[in-house]
Amino acid sequence: MTDTALTNPSLRPPVTQVGVIGWMRANLFNSILNSILTIIFAYIIVRVVYALLDWGLIHAVWHAANARACRAADSGACWAFIGEKGRLILFGRFPYEDQWRAVLASVLFVIAMGLSGWRAFWNKRLLYLWIGVTAVNSVLMWGGVFGLSFVETSLWGGLPLTLILAIYPTMFSFPLAILLALGRRSRLPIVKSVCICFIELIRGVPLITLLFMASLMLPLFLPAGVTIDKLLRAVVAITFFTAAYIAEVIRGGLQALPKGQYEAADALGLSYNRKIISIILPQALVVVIPALVNDFIGVFKDTSLVTVIALFDIVAAMQNALVDPDWRGPTMEAYFFVAAIFFVFCYAMSRYSATLETTFNKGRRR
Amino acid sequence: MVRGVIFQIVLIACVVGLVGFLVHNTLSNLASRSIATGFGFLQKEAGFDVGESIIPYTPADNYGRALLVGLLNTLKLAVCGIVLCTILGTLVGIARLSTNWLISKLAKVYIEITRNIPLLLQLFFWITMVRLAPSPRDAVELLPGVYVMNRGVLMPFPEPDPLHTYIYITFLVGVIATFAVARWAKQRQMATGQQFPTFWAGLGLIVGLPLAVFFIVGAPLVLDVPKLQGFNFRGGVGLTPEFVAMLVGLVVYTGGFIAEIVRSGILAVSNGQSEAASALGLRRGVTLRKIVLPQALRVIIPPMTSQYLNIVKNSSLAVAVGYFDLVSAANTTINQTGQAVEGIAIIMAVYLTISLGISLGMNVYNGRMALKER
Repeated sequence: MTDTALTNPSLRPPVTQVGVIGWMRANLFNSILNSILTIIFAYIIVRVVYALLDWGLIHAVWHAANARACRAADSGACWAFIGEKGRLILFGRFPYEDQWRAVLASVLFVIAMGLSGWRAFWNKRLLYLWIGVTAVNSVLMWGGVFGLSFVETSLWGGLPLTLILAIYPTMFSFPLAILLALGRRSRLPIVKSVCICFIELIRGVPLITLLFMASLMLPLFLPAGVTIDKLLRAVVAITFFTAAYIAEVIRGGLQALPKGQYEAADALGLSYNRKIISIILPQALVVVIPALVNDFIGVFKDTSLVTVIALFDIVAAMQNALVDPDWRGPTMEAYFFVAAIFFVFCYAMSRYSATLETTFNKGRRR
Repeated sequence: MVRGVIFQIVLIACVVGLVGFLVHNTLSNLASRSIATGFGFLQKEAGFDVGESIIPYTPADNYGRALLVGLLNTLKLAVCGIVLCTILGTLVGIARLSTNWLISKLAKVYIEITRNIPLLLQLFFWITMVRLAPSPRDAVELLPGVYVMNRGVLMPFPEPDPLHTYIYITFLVGVIATFAVARWAKQRQMATGQQFPTFWAGLGLIVGLPLAVFFIVGAPLVLDVPKLQGFNFRGGVGLTPEFVAMLVGLVVYTGGFIAEIVRSGILAVSNGQSEAASALGLRRGVTLRKIVLPQALRVIIPPMTSQYLNIVKNSSLAVAVGYFDLVSAANTTINQTGQAVEGIAIIMAVYLTISLGISLGMNVYNGRMALKER
């Protein structure tokens, strides 16, 4: 009975196998190659993080009258620029004293987006929520009633415009996308070919061409004398673009549905419309929700392209802030600020989509 | 049945009616604004200069040639971008699966940052970075003869020599011979089970043969090395700052997406496959090449195709950093001639052709890789 492991069963494992050292041996230095890589990358990370901290915090300037004063004060980032121009970047050319309206509208949009992700809201309440938010935000942004001054759409800008350009085209494109997806799977040859043409034509060209088309060609398409708002033109272009992509996602959901569901609906003698509305779509749409969220992230990022047709979304407002002769130079600071805003929105949504995917797959995985 | 036919007739009527309405409006609008129609403008003198061009171009050339220059620039960017982002994405995707915690997390940070920030913003960042590089007088010599500065990247290039033709010919012969050898080796392995070192034979044919010819004809190599003269460099071949920014931006952005595709592709091959292979006594390299990779590629190829298409389409953002691509060329043309309909029609036709071409090519490749069920 000299075996200690048997006589003393509560003996602790060797210190090199557990705790910090054990973890490091298992995860950082588990082979010669990995040890070398760990050391090289750790060195690079330390250098990069130190350089970023040095620039962004240690030598940063938080208060200054203009860019030259910033450069004179210290060598790091000029965050005073964000303090001075932050409101211009966030709300564009919206009248300065009325910007609380733009703030409130953005907050309402963000709350509504958050609530839409809550599964208890996935019913009629979602519809009422968005109708309410749309009504309140229209009043806030346009004004002209309740003593609010009228603000025309050409003055809208910054974050509220980015949100509008991401949310409404996605919403409008949804019914169109469902029709296109059903049409593409239809047995009627002409319906099918029209839908395929539309989807492939739009998916084959960059969004930028559609935006150019909306801004240059749409005025030519309409009868003489009829003009439409520039913002509306962008919304139309992004709606068509999104519809083609969402249609393909929904088609994936329709294809993933077992054939038995279609056959059972037919066997019950349901009409085509009843079959689609009551049996097929509810099941097909739930499957593709994570993919739809990913598509929405794409649209949210793509709204930055409207700067090429001179709409003042957050990126265009940033460029506008950078041309001020008093504030020449803090380009990187502006990019970091706007990138951080996009990152927060997109990262939150992508995490949400990933969580949703695991939840949905739980029932299917045995 | 009857309802279907009626529905389709109504649909055709609607589509034809809408198109007719739009065409009628457009024609009457163009007439009232006295804008010319048709593609005659392609023959007119363009009058603007371009940032860079693969083919000779002067402002005296016509719009057609300016658009061709733009198209070639787009293709140059897309081809370089596709090759580089495949390499970067594959490396990061494998790094994401690394047993090394640090490397795996680093890859994750890279993927999350690049995927969640708009490409346009990333392109602005890169063009600013390139412009922040030192001036030619203080250019950084990255490798011997390769200089990085705020006017782009310069590198040495062999001066053309008539004897080089022989080397190109042998290279071509080497490539064709390698294909033939690979075919023969596969047939032999199928018939007899004997393996043949195709990789080394191919390397010898493609690299060794031209190298041998190079030395036989007397090593005719004069490098055109960039040299600083006064305030600027002379000689060598260069990449413009706009091209560098576009290429880096596209590769870094798309690399994040490709990394995720590669990762999920590798994860999709079940462990049992590689375990079975090692139980059969196959070596690690063979297991990877013959068992894991073919199955992973089946999952990887379709989403990879759409990423390649995205690179081609995203290259149109060149207009934001001032790289002269097809969209910039067409945009300038539209601004000068006012012929928006024709200009946009050209852009759309070109992108559609490229997109459908890539889809077709990848579908053929996918068809060859796909599971062949008996």
